[in-house]
Amino acid sequence: MSEIFTIALIFSTIRTATPLLLAALGGLYSERAGVINIALEGLMLAGAFTAAAVTHYVGNPWVGLVAGIGAGVAVAAIHAVACIRFNADQVVSGTAINILMTGVPAMLSGALFLSSGSTPQIPKDNLIPWTPVVLALLLVFVTWYVLYRTPFGLRLRAVGENPEAADAAGVNVNRIRYSGVLLSGALAAIGGAYLSIGQSSLFTRNMTSGRGFIALAALILGKWRPVQTMLACLLFGLTEAISIQMQGVFKPYGEEIPVQFIIVVPYVLTIIVLAGFIGLSRAPRALGVPYQKER
Amino acid sequence: MKLLRELFFPLVAVLAAFVLGGIFVWLIGDNPFETYRLLIGSAFSWPDGIGYTLFYATPLIFTGLAVAVAFRCGLLNIGAEGQLYVAAFATAWVGIKFGGTVVDVFGTPVNYSWMTLPGVVLVPLAILTAIVVGAAWGAIPGVLKARFGSHEVINTIMLNFIAIALVSYFTQYHFKQAGDPILQTVPIGAGVHLPRLGSFVPGLPTRIPLNLAFVFALLACVLVYIFLWRTKWGYAIRATGANPTAAEYGGISTGKQIVLAMAVSGGLAGMVGINEVLGYRYRYYDGFSAGYGFTGIAVALLGRNHPLGVLLSALLFGMLIRGGIFVDAFSGKVSKDLVEVLQAIVILFVACEALFRGSFGKFGLLKRSKV
Repeated sequence: MSEIFTIALIFSTIRTATPLLLAALGGLYSERAGVINIALEGLMLAGAFTAAAVTHYVGNPWVGLVAGIGAGVAVAAIHAVACIRFNADQVVSGTAINILMTGVPAMLSGALFLSSGSTPQIPKDNLIPWTPVVLALLLVFVTWYVLYRTPFGLRLRAVGENPEAADAAGVNVNRIRYSGVLLSGALAAIGGAYLSIGQSSLFTRNMTSGRGFIALAALILGKWRPVQTMLACLLFGLTEAISIQMQGVFKPYGEEIPVQFIIVVPYVLTIIVLAGFIGLSRAPRALGVPYQKER
Repeated sequence: MKLLRELFFPLVAVLAAFVLGGIFVWLIGDNPFETYRLLIGSAFSWPDGIGYTLFYATPLIFTGLAVAVAFRCGLLNIGAEGQLYVAAFATAWVGIKFGGTVVDVFGTPVNYSWMTLPGVVLVPLAILTAIVVGAAWGAIPGVLKARFGSHEVINTIMLNFIAIALVSYFTQYHFKQAGDPILQTVPIGAGVHLPRLGSFVPGLPTRIPLNLAFVFALLACVLVYIFLWRTKWGYAIRATGANPTAAEYGGISTGKQIVLAMAVSGGLAGMVGINEVLGYRYRYYDGFSAGYGFTGIAVALLGRNHPLGVLLSALLFGMLIRGGIFVDAFSGKVSKDLVEVLQAIVILFVACEALFRGSFGKFGLLKRSKV
């Protein structure tokens, strides 16, 4: 056991939890405003690809990061317009965004770098260091403050719980929802960028490999609250860190535990929590319901 | 006139997707007309073009029907991907355990099977396994929704990942031939193979993997139509989807309909395993699905959740998958990922039906689909 549970594991946990946390906090802004965001996976991919491609050309990861955020916001805008302006089914729209973002980066990298879905290696000096890790932890408390201590946060929650009442009180429901979805694009993109120009040094096809969905699961497990969501992300980060370290090491019964058993933990937990076995996880009341102002 | 109205909107969505996709191709510096000639032109040649188009359409018919049945009950089944994986693996398991699989491992024969059943018993058994296991995996989120009210979308997403991990574990640790570099099971017995259509259709060579599963897919379209519109179960499912409160007052147990719809949906998705394992690869190949479950969402939406529409849009997407290979091979800068981009744009446009209704609605051409 001691081979696994070391200081290195703690750092590894925080590192793997960071992209999850950034995406989950992004999802929080969108979903607290009442817009389901299963597009987190696609938004992360948009950020990851753009950050890697721009960093390759410019040679400066910070420019790459900003470009990645821009791409995340742009793609989130598609989701926002579809869901808010055209009342599209939010899950269907999110699914489309995810499919779009497996295709578009692959096509672009094919055209730009003549490779099927990956960007060229970025030199080690041009990677962003630990900054996103600190940023993610800071953002937990910023998000808490914004959500519970500012007028914007109050409006955001009101719009997600009871848009009619918020509207009657003079809140522009759709504008708040747009901000929520666009913010989710920005944050998820930072999470994605940290994968491509922080933890590794290039973008590869589908490099998020389901992290957007794990982030969503963490958001549900965290009951759509910032601090609990962070704890859930750390838990999921821990399972990922263990599964990385365990490969070939951990043999309590003389044989290795299949890595698949560890990978599955976040998903099983989410189903159990969603069914109400470990405390009730209640979604914002107006989640998924388009708001149409009465005329 | 009604048919025209139903066809108009999907056609506009497809056209819009092709225009936007064309602009995208042009922006990355390639010729959109040449790209589309490769993408579509390669689908109509006989026998290869048509044979492969129908082959690629087969799993999409199953997943499209799966998503459509759930939609009719007001449920979004994003879990077809997981359902088809567990079902395909289970089908291969039956084909191995009862098909007399003996493989040669470094010179010594290893017996993976319990017995060798004759084909007349084994083929129906394997087909039934695909359907039942898919249905069982699909019923889980149905039960969770009916019993605990937890949202089927999140649960199906989670079950996809669980399914993929589960079958990958069994493949890797229990059914992989020692020394095989590919993550796949040992082959199923020869007695369970479904015949390729080339054995019946003159001029169609048997190297084209189009097989009997395609005929099952066509049958499934008819059966789903009968089930949804000619049986009391289908009526109850549609009533639940249209208005659960009214259905409940009308004496329909909506919880039961949710479980039933998800089970039928999962069973249909599971039938992908028949095509993949019994008709094509003759083993379970880990990660075989190229997002069939997700493409099924596009197929169902574009087909307006009607079996006939599902069939037509599955043929369209089958054609695109076939054409994508040619785009990859012969076009300078465009890759086959264009197919995914087109698919995503189609879903977005169909989802944003209001976009079209805003401009065309007053002419009475379109009305809201009852999903």
